[in-house]
Amino acid sequence: MVSSPYFPLVVLFVVALGFGLAPLGLAWLWARFFSPRKPNPVKNSIYECGLVSKGDAWVQFRSAYYLYAIIFLIFDVEAVFLLPFAVAFTGLNAAACAAMLVFVLLLVEGLAWAWAKGVLTWA
Amino acid sequence: MAIEENLKIELGKQGVFVTTLEELYNWGRRSSIWPMQFGLACCAIEMIATTMARYDLARFGAEVFRPSPRQADLMIVSGTVTKKMAPQVVRLYNQMAEPRYVIAMGACAISGGPFKQGYNVLKGIDRYIPVDVHIPGCPPRPEALIQAFMTLQKKIDEQPLTGENRPRFLNQNAQGEFPVPEPADHDLEPPSNPGVWSAPVVIR
Repeated sequence: MVSSPYFPLVVLFVVALGFGLAPLGLAWLWARFFSPRKPNPVKNSIYECGLVSKGDAWVQFRSAYYLYAIIFLIFDVEAVFLLPFAVAFTGLNAAACAAMLVFVLLLVEGLAWAWAKGVLTWA
Repeated sequence: MAIEENLKIELGKQGVFVTTLEELYNWGRRSSIWPMQFGLACCAIEMIATTMARYDLARFGAEVFRPSPRQADLMIVSGTVTKKMAPQVVRLYNQMAEPRYVIAMGACAISGGPFKQGYNVLKGIDRYIPVDVHIPGCPPRPEALIQAFMTLQKKIDEQPLTGENRPRFLNQNAQGEFPVPEPADHDLEPPSNPGVWSAPVVIR
């Protein structure tokens, strides 16, 4: 086994693991045996920037917020294209204008779809 | 003190470094005071200036402002504590891990300062939590905050780890919870924590 070419790697791996775990273990031992514990309900409560914590920290977020992010992203990308379009507007030919119109209308269609689906209403 | 001060100096001249566990422990503690990252008013601007390149609080090992009380050792009450904010400040102090220290920065944190007569201003944070260093000023300059740091470091250095005068965090029976005041009709309830503060006696 010692003659294996991968043996130094195993040694290095063990040393690296020890290097990481030893300080954690020492800190844990120190806290376990030397630090006097003074727990109380205020100290152990969930940290909420000093306010009284309400409920549990393990709450679930509605996936509906994901749709807002997607819709925002659409218009975010649109703004990136609209700005150069507006700057170069006077020098554009009809075909370029039509292409841009199609692009914007496609995004508007997406918005209309989201609107019709009731995504924009807070439940 | 296990070793005489003169003997220690004499040994130091001969190149022998002698220390005690207590000194080593306190050296480690005083060289890594991590303040909590929160500011209440204009004193906080001076506190921010203290951490920046010109005044460089990192020289004292205290540049790591922690955004969570769980990791902080020091609370710098930098500014006016309103009665609306006081419960939050006391709660944050309670949520810090021991050992914890408090610097009352500026006239407002000490006594209410120029707003002392205000109906909504707490007349000193030391009514609810034990303050280690008070620094006057409106606001105190960064040098004053550095002075407060050095005073606190000296205080930590001199703390014995055993015996009657050991700090609170090493005393199993010492009080660990400081009651959080609640807003009442006209004032906070209770108006002060009698364990840490009593009304000063005016000598006429």
